[in-house]
Amino acid sequence: MANELSESQRSFIGTKNKKGQTYTDPQKLFFEVDRNSAFFTGSEVIKEAIRRASVDVMVAYPITPQSEAAALIGELYAEGYVADYMRGESEFAVMGQCAGAAFGGARVFTTTAGPGTMRAFENFPMWAGSRLPIQVIVTCRGINSPLSIQPDTLEMAFLLDTGMLVWHAETAQDFFDWILMGYIVAEQPDVHLPLALCCDGFFVTHTKDTVMLTPSDLCLPPYDPYRSPVPCMDMEVPPVRMMRDPFIMKSNYISYMTHASWQEEVRAAVERSRKHTIAMMGGLIDTENEDAEILIVASGTAVSQGREAIRILEDEGIHVGLVKVKSLRPFPKQEILEATKNAKHIFVPEFNVVGWLAREIRSIVPDNDRVVAGPHVAGGMTMPAEVIVEEIQKTLGHRVATLAGRGS
Amino acid sequence: MLKKRTNIRMSGLGGQGAVTAAHVMAMAANRDGKFSISNPFFGAEKRMAPAESYCRIGEERIYDRGELVYPDVIMIFHAQVITMQKSYTAPFYSGIKKDGVVIINSACDLLTDDDRAFFEDLNVRVYTFDATHIAMEIGGTELSTNMAMLGAVSGITKTVTLEGLDLALGERFGKKYVASGGTASLDEAIKKKYAKKEQLLKKNMDTIRKSYEIASVWAENGKVAVVA
Repeated sequence: MANELSESQRSFIGTKNKKGQTYTDPQKLFFEVDRNSAFFTGSEVIKEAIRRASVDVMVAYPITPQSEAAALIGELYAEGYVADYMRGESEFAVMGQCAGAAFGGARVFTTTAGPGTMRAFENFPMWAGSRLPIQVIVTCRGINSPLSIQPDTLEMAFLLDTGMLVWHAETAQDFFDWILMGYIVAEQPDVHLPLALCCDGFFVTHTKDTVMLTPSDLCLPPYDPYRSPVPCMDMEVPPVRMMRDPFIMKSNYISYMTHASWQEEVRAAVERSRKHTIAMMGGLIDTENEDAEILIVASGTAVSQGREAIRILEDEGIHVGLVKVKSLRPFPKQEILEATKNAKHIFVPEFNVVGWLAREIRSIVPDNDRVVAGPHVAGGMTMPAEVIVEEIQKTLGHRVATLAGRGS
Repeated sequence: MLKKRTNIRMSGLGGQGAVTAAHVMAMAANRDGKFSISNPFFGAEKRMAPAESYCRIGEERIYDRGELVYPDVIMIFHAQVITMQKSYTAPFYSGIKKDGVVIINSACDLLTDDDRAFFEDLNVRVYTFDATHIAMEIGGTELSTNMAMLGAVSGITKTVTLEGLDLALGERFGKKYVASGGTASLDEAIKKKYAKKEQLLKKNMDTIRKSYEIASVWAENGKVAVVA
C-alpha cells in the first residue's frame, strides 16, 4: 500500500496541536478539503506549506534567492508553528545540523541555493546513506564564476547521483503540494530518504502567482522516527557503525561488499518511492497531446515557457505536445519512453549550459537523434517562448524571422 | 490567444518601488478577476542601481515568467534609466512591441530624434509626465512616485481598475499585524502605527487617482489603447 501512516501517526489524526491545528489524514488534506485562493510569491507559499507540515526543526542560512523563504520560516517559528529554528554557521554546517536533528528523530526542513548547495554537498550523499528523510528546498541559481544570483539549474545535475529523491517544481502550486506530499513519501519505511525539492530561483520564489491553499488550521500528522529502516543512533549497525568504524579503513571483501550493497539499497529505495509518489502526484510526469509528432520535454520553468510556445505554435497551425518531468530521481524512464514513442522531434529546453535533462533523455530513448538539446539559456537569462518557437521552426526547416536583439 | 495579454516592463532604480508597483498591479488584476503574474529582476541591489520588475496581465492563465523581453508597455521610473543607461536593456525600449506605450517619469523630454523615429515606425506612443511632482503634491513624499506611475499605466491601458488598485494597496500595506500575546504597550504602539498607515493608504490612493485621471485624458485625446 502507498503512503500508509504508522499506528502512532494515526493516533494523532483528529487531535489538535498547540497552535490549534488539527492533525489531518494526508489523503484528506491533499484531495478532499476545500481550498482557498491566494495571490502569493513562491517564498510565501513555502512558508504556508511549512505552516501545515508539522516541522520540528528548520536550520537557516542566508543565500539568494532562498533567503526570503528562510526568514519567513523564522516568522513561523516566532508564531510557534515550527518547534525549533536556528541559524547555521555556513551551508555545510546547516546540512550537518539538519543531519543531527534528523538522527535525533525530528522532521527537518531547510532551504539552500546555488553556491550554498555546492558548499553543503558532502552532506547530501551522507543524508541518503544514513536514510534521513530531510527535505531541502533548492532554489536554483548560478553556481560558477563569474558570479550570478539569477536562475540557472546547473546545480541539479550534481544532485542527481547523491541517492536523494530529486523533484523539480514548475510553479508555486507545485511547491505547496509537493512540500507536504514530499514528507509523506520520503518518510515511508521502504523509502526513508532525503528529498531535494528544486525550483528555478526568482521565477518561482519571487513571482506572485495564484495558489490554492488548504485551510491553515489543518496540518500533517507528525513524523514517527520509529518508521526508520535503520535503528536510531545505534552504534553497532549501519549507518552509525559505518561512521564510527568506517569500512574504508578495512581491506577485506566483506567491508567492500557491505558498502556496495548499501549503495545499491539506497538506489533501490529511490525506485521504491515511485508507488508512493505516483499515488500522490498522479505520476512522475504529466503529459499533454503526447500524440503530437513534436514534443517538448522539460522540467521546472522550462515547462511554463514551453506551454507559452505551444500556444504560439498552435496559432500558426503547428501542434506540439508536452511532457512535464516532475521527478528526476526516481527518473521516469518507462513513462518517457512511452510518451515519446511516436514523436519525430523531441525538444528539451533548459535553463543551464550543459543540457543535463537532454543528456538523461538521450540515454534512454531509441533513435536519440530525435532529441534536440535546446534551446538553452544560462547564467540567469530569460527564455522567452519566442526562442523555443524559433528553435522548433528552424528544426522543421521553416524560415524564421530573426528575433529582435536585446541590444548590448 | 496571446493578444489578450498585456506585458508591462517597469525599469527603475533601487529604492523607487518598481518591484512593489509590479506586485500591486498584479494583485489589482487578480482582484479584478483577471490572470496575472509579477516578478522582479535584480542583482545584489542597492539604492540608485538598476532594478526591473515585470507584470503580465491576461484573460487566460499565464505561464510565461522571468525577464520581459517583448513588452507592450514600458515604464521608466527615473530619468537616469535613460540618461545614464541604468537599465538591463539598451536602448531602454529594446523589444517594445508594435502599438506599444512608453511611460516616462520626467519633467522634460528625454528622447533623441532617433528614438522618436523608432517609435513612429512601430506606432509606439510616449507619455512623459512628472510622476515625482504628482507624488510630492498629492502623496506628500517622492516615495509615492511608484503610485503616480501605477495611476498613469492604469489610466492609459485600463488593464486594472481603481477599485482593484484600492484593494491591492490595502492588502499590501494595510495588513493588520497580529501580536501573539503582546503587552498592552506593544498593542498601543501598533495602533498608533496603524492610524498612520491608514493615512498613508489614503494618500497613495489619492496619488493614483490623480495620475489616473490625467493619463486617461491623454490616452483619450491620442486615441491610445493597448488592450485588445
